[in-house]
Amino acid sequence: MSVAGHQPPPFFKRGPAPLLRLIFFSFLSILLLVLDLRFHMLEWTRQGVELVAYPLQLLAYAPMQGLGHGSDYFASVVTLEKENSGLRRQQLGTANRLLRQEHLELENQRLRALLDMKQRQSVGGQVAEILYAAHDPFTRKVILDKGTQQDITAGQVIVDELGVIGQVTRTFPMLAEVTLITDKEQAVPVQIVRNGLRSVLFGSGDGNLELRFLAANADVREGDTLVTSGLDGIYLAGLPVATIKHVNRDATYAFARIQCEPIAGVERHGLVLVLGRREALPPPPFEAEENDKPLRSKKQRK
Amino acid sequence: MTQPTHSSNRILRPVKGWFLSSSLILAMFLDMVPLGRTPGFPDWVALGLAFWCVREPLRIGMGTAFLLGIAMDVANASAIGQHSLAYVLLAYAAGRLSRRILWFPLSMQALHILPLLLTAQCIMVITRMIGGAQFPGMLYFLGSFVAALFWHPLTYLLLLPQYQPLEKDMNRPI
Repeated sequence: MSVAGHQPPPFFKRGPAPLLRLIFFSFLSILLLVLDLRFHMLEWTRQGVELVAYPLQLLAYAPMQGLGHGSDYFASVVTLEKENSGLRRQQLGTANRLLRQEHLELENQRLRALLDMKQRQSVGGQVAEILYAAHDPFTRKVILDKGTQQDITAGQVIVDELGVIGQVTRTFPMLAEVTLITDKEQAVPVQIVRNGLRSVLFGSGDGNLELRFLAANADVREGDTLVTSGLDGIYLAGLPVATIKHVNRDATYAFARIQCEPIAGVERHGLVLVLGRREALPPPPFEAEENDKPLRSKKQRK
Repeated sequence: MTQPTHSSNRILRPVKGWFLSSSLILAMFLDMVPLGRTPGFPDWVALGLAFWCVREPLRIGMGTAFLLGIAMDVANASAIGQHSLAYVLLAYAAGRLSRRILWFPLSMQALHILPLLLTAQCIMVITRMIGGAQFPGMLYFLGSFVAALFWHPLTYLLLLPQYQPLEKDMNRPI
């Protein structure tokens, strides 16, 4: 400010110095990063911006969808017939089990009633389609075509015809974001079918999974199948998750390094089933007041 | 009359505001095209932002970069602040370079832009890895090299409206 009260002519006005602006915006960005990554306080911003950007995203997705439909249309009759007959054969092959399933379930219910055990919860599902993989290269997430409008809520489990794919982690009005089980931050409580050994399965980031914190002499073999244990109160018990591919028992580490590969087509696209919400488990006796948020337990790392 | 740069004697018309903003929106749109994890897909918003920061440093700067970054963060489902931090630094560097860079031919301009784009990507990797994410692999950085290759055609494309004379005058010297 000059003493005589002269303003510089508007021709020379350029606002604050670039370095000052750089420092201001960088600090603002870092503040937002901390608020989002550490405290998860910016979900409302996402909801707002997503609502505005949704039509744009649909428009961007349209050419890819058109391409997919086009290739479907021109798929030859021979391939379709082959696929059809294959599916029919598969259906007949599983019919035996499917027909007896209802009977077995009833029997199971009666037996459980006899033994005075808690009834197994039956859960419905909604079919949804994976639209595309999220653009963020640092995580493994996919976007579903159903959202809060179709009663999808965060925490629901996504399966395909073979096993667990992931879990809904964020919902928008028309879309839902699913974190795949191969994501580094995603943990699935599992047990080994053969001996019932419980553990937690983590994504290793390269499309495979890792069974951590099992002692080096634990009874784990290559080829073992892992299913969800259901102890977390979110996943239903008994859904197939992964098979053990490689067990490395190095005496220098306290834990065995166990690599697994997913059973379901985690990295493939197509139709998936969103399982309905499971009833919350009764709270454990000593931390009853903390257990009203079942999602929290999943978020805790390591 | 070889290159449409500062070294040429071609006089450009002033850029139109709507063209500038619509080119950036189109870049965002291109970034939203769901190609999954295809490596080498350039970050069009970063490229367009660098271009306009070099060409129009008084109109496009860190404020625009910040807002574009927030929009990209939400559209990409990444951490909020990740793109905005990278873009703000990119805009600052491109703005500082703009006086110098325009004296070079286009291929050398691309060589100036490449390290800026790589730095922006490095900032994103560092911020996310501090946040506990996994390393996306070296192929992630391929996008910047592809983007630098696009600098040459992009310059012609984005300066096209500024080449047109106001009225056609056959006797005009330029």
